[in-house]
Amino acid sequence: MSSFIGDWHALLILLLAGILPNEIWRVLGLVFGGGIDEGSELLVWVRATATAILAGVIAQILVFPPGVLASIPDLVRYGAVAAGFAAFVATRQSILAGVLCGEAVMLAGKWWLG
Amino acid sequence: MFPALDSPKWQGVASPYFIGVKAVGSTILTLVLFATYLGIGALAHDSGFSLGWALSSTLFVWAGPAQIILISTLGTGGTVVQAAIAVTLSAIRLFPMVVSVLPMVRTRETPMRKLALPAHFVAVTMWIECSRMLPQVPRERRVAFTNGLGTGLVSVCLIATTLGYVLAANLPELLAAAILLLTPLAFLFSTARNSRQLVDRLALVLGLALFPLMAMLHTGVDILLSGVAAGTLAYGVHWWRRRA
Repeated sequence: MSSFIGDWHALLILLLAGILPNEIWRVLGLVFGGGIDEGSELLVWVRATATAILAGVIAQILVFPPGVLASIPDLVRYGAVAAGFAAFVATRQSILAGVLCGEAVMLAGKWWLG
Repeated sequence: MFPALDSPKWQGVASPYFIGVKAVGSTILTLVLFATYLGIGALAHDSGFSLGWALSSTLFVWAGPAQIILISTLGTGGTVVQAAIAVTLSAIRLFPMVVSVLPMVRTRETPMRKLALPAHFVAVTMWIECSRMLPQVPRERRVAFTNGLGTGLVSVCLIATTLGYVLAANLPELLAAAILLLTPLAFLFSTARNSRQLVDRLALVLGLALFPLMAMLHTGVDILLSGVAAGTLAYGVHWWRRRA
């Protein structure tokens, strides 16, 4: 898939597996938004499950790294995330500080361990 | 930050639209989004998708978590149905966001078709920034302003997607790996920051912990299973604590 568009089959999959299942919830919010209680128990479960799915994807990228991320040793990847999280907590939840610290530790770790 | 509510600068449609576009420069979250979409561009490249595909996903899906889930599910050999279910579960959270943003954007007379574009722009960053910015915008100008803010954010992310994609293709291995690491870092911290209640924090921690365990079972739907299990467990704790 070196060309800009790639194959049309992939775009059809994007529509079916990405765009439609995602956009449907915005459309439903637009059409039926009036009658839903924002604090309802169902939405608490939905939010928790959505958060956990995203957490699973984060774990997936770290445990089974895609592409060249696999060239970074396991310990360095986990250490980088742990250090970034420590920086995030220490800076009263600065996302930027956490990301920069995590990246710095990964680069330093890879440089030391090779 | 914005002109006064009664300022003539809010007149018309174009002017509030461009005030919205410019507002993109006034939030740190733009930088976080930029980093996230650099990562998404790089991930799309390393998973074998075309640049046009990656840009279409940014423009039309416009939800970072859904895009990551889509790319990594399809990239690791998942089926279309598995990807669609995981994406739609991750997207349910857009429903309450749209439900809470639109009443801030509309007037009583605003027809639904004029809210379709603002609804498409709703994602976590828009949700946070609309709550913060819209009270400083005259109510009749909010649709134009929101469309401007959304256009601005999408444009920044299209540039970041392209940059991440091209960099992943051309950078030395170590720097390309650094860009790929942006995705888990940016998502972990922004999710942690948005998780103010115990149930959400618990879901985050359990979700991180359960996935590697679930992956050992090789079910092919590890993400779905671990997510639903962790989310339900977190909700169970929340329910039990409220009763106690």
